[in-house]
Amino acid sequence: MTGSNAPAQATEFFAPEPPAPGPNETPVRKFNINFGPQHPAAHGVLRLVLELDGEVVERVDPHIGLLHRGTEKLMEARPYQQTIPYMDRLDYVAPMNQEHAYCLAIEKLLEIEAPYRAQLIRTLYDEIGRILNHLLNVTTQAMDVGALTPPLWGFEDREKLMVFYERASGARMHANYYRVGGVRQDLPEALVRDISDWCDHFPKTCDDIEGLITDNRIFKQRNVDIGVVSREDAIARSFSGVMVRGSGIAWDLRRSQPYAAYNDMEFDIPLGVNGDCYDRYLCRMQEMRESTKIMKQCCERLLKTPGPVLIEDNKIAAPRRGEMKRSMEALIHHFKIFTEGYRTPPGEVYAAVEAPKGEFGVFLVSNGTNKPYRAKIRAPGYPHLQAMDWMNRGHMLADVSAILGSLDIVFGEIDR
Amino acid sequence: MSWPVSDADLGKLGKAILKDAKGVITGADVAYGELTLTGPAAKAVEALTYLRDAQGFHQLIDLCGVDYPEREKRFDVVYHLLSMTKNVRVRFKVQTDEDTAVPSVVEVFAAADWFEREAFDMYGVFFDGHPDLRRILTDYGFHGHPLRKDFPMTGYVEVRYDEELKRVVYEPVKSVEWRNWDFLSPWEGAEKGFAAMLPGDEKSKS
Repeated sequence: MTGSNAPAQATEFFAPEPPAPGPNETPVRKFNINFGPQHPAAHGVLRLVLELDGEVVERVDPHIGLLHRGTEKLMEARPYQQTIPYMDRLDYVAPMNQEHAYCLAIEKLLEIEAPYRAQLIRTLYDEIGRILNHLLNVTTQAMDVGALTPPLWGFEDREKLMVFYERASGARMHANYYRVGGVRQDLPEALVRDISDWCDHFPKTCDDIEGLITDNRIFKQRNVDIGVVSREDAIARSFSGVMVRGSGIAWDLRRSQPYAAYNDMEFDIPLGVNGDCYDRYLCRMQEMRESTKIMKQCCERLLKTPGPVLIEDNKIAAPRRGEMKRSMEALIHHFKIFTEGYRTPPGEVYAAVEAPKGEFGVFLVSNGTNKPYRAKIRAPGYPHLQAMDWMNRGHMLADVSAILGSLDIVFGEIDR
Repeated sequence: MSWPVSDADLGKLGKAILKDAKGVITGADVAYGELTLTGPAAKAVEALTYLRDAQGFHQLIDLCGVDYPEREKRFDVVYHLLSMTKNVRVRFKVQTDEDTAVPSVVEVFAAADWFEREAFDMYGVFFDGHPDLRRILTDYGFHGHPLRKDFPMTGYVEVRYDEELKRVVYEPVKSVEWRNWDFLSPWEGAEKGFAAMLPGDEKSKS
């Protein structure tokens, strides 16, 4: 730990020796404490350096980057198709939503569009991702403020959703299921029916979890009027997703800048009123119910609309395994796609989706080769976490974990 | 505006901005359904203040660097802005080199704080007037700027826990060299306007 950019060293964490107290004064000392990086309420590897006056937080300095893997650098050295799995490892709580943004960016560069059935499947799995994320966040937020049962109930249904991931892609979490121009393979009908059945039962689970948390006195005491974000502040600090909707701004990319099949879906966008941690919790709860509605609509449409799930252009989409057994052409295309990949025309694109945490965007600079010249990942949690200092000032130490829980932080995407 | 915003509307918006913000924003270009504005780096604060106040781009969605080592001003600093009221996005780019600082826009967009720290960390772009320009994503005491094109993929140091010293030690990289397979076919792509250099073509130029 040397160099000009080294952090404040341990000695600096303690405030200088205070002057000797006067005759009628009590000696006070400000405390600096380390919150994390190994703290169950830090939601990953976050190190917060807190400056406290008694129990009141005076300054928060989040130290991030403990999970930095250099995803963007790695992406610059690999063909487009081979970097889709990196997207799963960003926000590992809702992996497919990120793949979606990346595929949209490349599709924009190549000026292609996925077939309608693929769009439906993407919409379906985006919403599964949203519920996966909200189930984790809502219940662990309750855990951060003292409840133990909600995570156990929430994880039961997360497990069922991960099975849907597995049945579609073969992997419970790091799916690598979306492809440029569609998705890897079609969903079997039995799977669509099972998801549809799950949608019928899930609102009951929501009721159960809400019954535990929503009117819980302790949960309310810890969350109501804590971490209030006004409409103006939410915009000025570049918040997105639930962080703006909790403050009463009707902004959802699924509605305002629709992608995939969201234009054909009927759903409401829940809004908060006060912009505090409790309203954000309520928004997430309601969003899960709306997501269930969207999933149900997707399932109905999927059962009615058969069709291709990947574009036909074999210069971009890999040929099916069966074709490769018979056609030399398909075999060559397969080899070319998995070695060289495909070239994109030079240019710059930015594509964003409404990930569960907010706006997840991918900015690609292409120079006409088979690899991105620059790939920038815009993680929604990044601007949210940077507002920690501003949101926590004047709050009590115990509120730090409540606020952190309501920000919905996952370090895979923030550290990249 | 309705989504997706048409190229014609973006072109109109770009022209209006060019006319309004003379000398601050000097270029407007529409490609892939996105509007890209350019301007001199020294006027970045004025440009973004104008875009925020006069054009309603209230949100700084993203700020990042891009490295072009062969250029005299090797770095691009790219700002992505969003207007929730007009439902339109815009990209603003300035150029700078390793020594010239870009004015910090923290005063205009509070969210620029960490984004500028990240651009500094990854590329070594300096931001003049930034309140706290520290490294953010890399390790404590890290040297170099990892996203620069001349920074090796494997880095310079690796870490391990030393059983005798009972602490983590930093050592020069000993692992296998990073092998970058170049599968790019020189035979394809010419018809799409990509620069196709066949093996041996370089001799004709010398």
